[in-house]
Amino acid sequence: MVEFRLPKHSRVIKGKTFKAPEGSANIRKFQVYRYNPDSDQNPRVDIYELNMDACGPMVLDALIKIKNEVDSTLTFRRSCREGVCGSCAMNVDGTNTLSCIKHLDEIKGDVKIYPLPHMPVVKDLVPDLSVAYAQYESIKPWVQNDDPAPEGQERLQSTEERKKLDGLWECVLCFCCTTSCPSYWWNSDRYLGPATLLQSYRFIQDSRDTKTDERLKDLEDPFKLYRCHTIMNCTNTCPKGLNPGQAIGEIKKKIAASKIGK
Amino acid sequence: MKKQRPISPHLQVYKPQLTSILSITHRLTGVALSAALVVLCYGVLALNLGGESYNSFLNHVGAWYGKTLMIGWGFSFYYHLCNGLRHFYWDIGKGYSLKTVYRTGWMVVAIAIGLTLITAMKVV
Repeated sequence: MVEFRLPKHSRVIKGKTFKAPEGSANIRKFQVYRYNPDSDQNPRVDIYELNMDACGPMVLDALIKIKNEVDSTLTFRRSCREGVCGSCAMNVDGTNTLSCIKHLDEIKGDVKIYPLPHMPVVKDLVPDLSVAYAQYESIKPWVQNDDPAPEGQERLQSTEERKKLDGLWECVLCFCCTTSCPSYWWNSDRYLGPATLLQSYRFIQDSRDTKTDERLKDLEDPFKLYRCHTIMNCTNTCPKGLNPGQAIGEIKKKIAASKIGK
Repeated sequence: MKKQRPISPHLQVYKPQLTSILSITHRLTGVALSAALVVLCYGVLALNLGGESYNSFLNHVGAWYGKTLMIGWGFSFYYHLCNGLRHFYWDIGKGYSLKTVYRTGWMVVAIAIGLTLITAMKVV
């Protein structure tokens, strides 16, 4: 359902301001979304002033600095700090990205940091991704093949067959694309979203997988696949430079082609 | 009862960009054209009822508000047509690279505005 306004208990109120230490010359303001599930208060935006002369170059560096030096209650997910784990996905400066590979230099003015959009918030910058993960599980993200693998070796692929997976296998499942999609915002209960559909296409394209027809049949549904209206926010925001919009287009094309063939 | 988790901000914080703006414009122009169809039917009906009623219809169309609506619907028509072709291009599996998405997007905007201006100059 399209809902332009946030529900009452989700509306963001003004929060606290944490001043930079005296004598800092190079100050930058960080506006950070905060929500504490243990209080009855609505979510709020706290402002942290940081001395940039003593801060790393990435958005994640600033968040870690806040947690270490200013406010240890700030909660966020992070792990690899080099864009391969997908944990620190959040909305920075109005678009979704991995905060560990987002340069602070690229942002003009105050740095605004929110959780991934239109998701239930567990705490601060930590969204509840359980629905998205369940949707991912529903497309059976593994190679399905009823024939046993050749004796004593794995299933082999030609160079060309392997090439078809480029641009798909690199996805780290951060769900930046899925949560940038307005269509997913309004239909997340039934539309699978770009990340999951890209993953489905990854197995449709895999020469070792023999369940392509079943996969396509399962996706052919007004909501699961066809809530994609080619808005292309997904491709615009992917921090890994992948193209989920195109993957969805290819799935639609394959389904259409399978109809003509019959 | 467990407390309900808040929903994180979406439209409130997400940066408007060409991709999403052109998409919502496509939908809005579609809605506008549906309304235009009703007015068009009204015009045909007025013509059927005779000269007097058709004249009154034309008076409304020629008035300032009529002209404004006509130009708005003209833009809606041209935009929806051009962006519809862009959608067909996507449907055959082409034009998905971000660079092309932006190029065709701006092309649609320029062509729709251009055609609207030409039509407006002929009509007004």
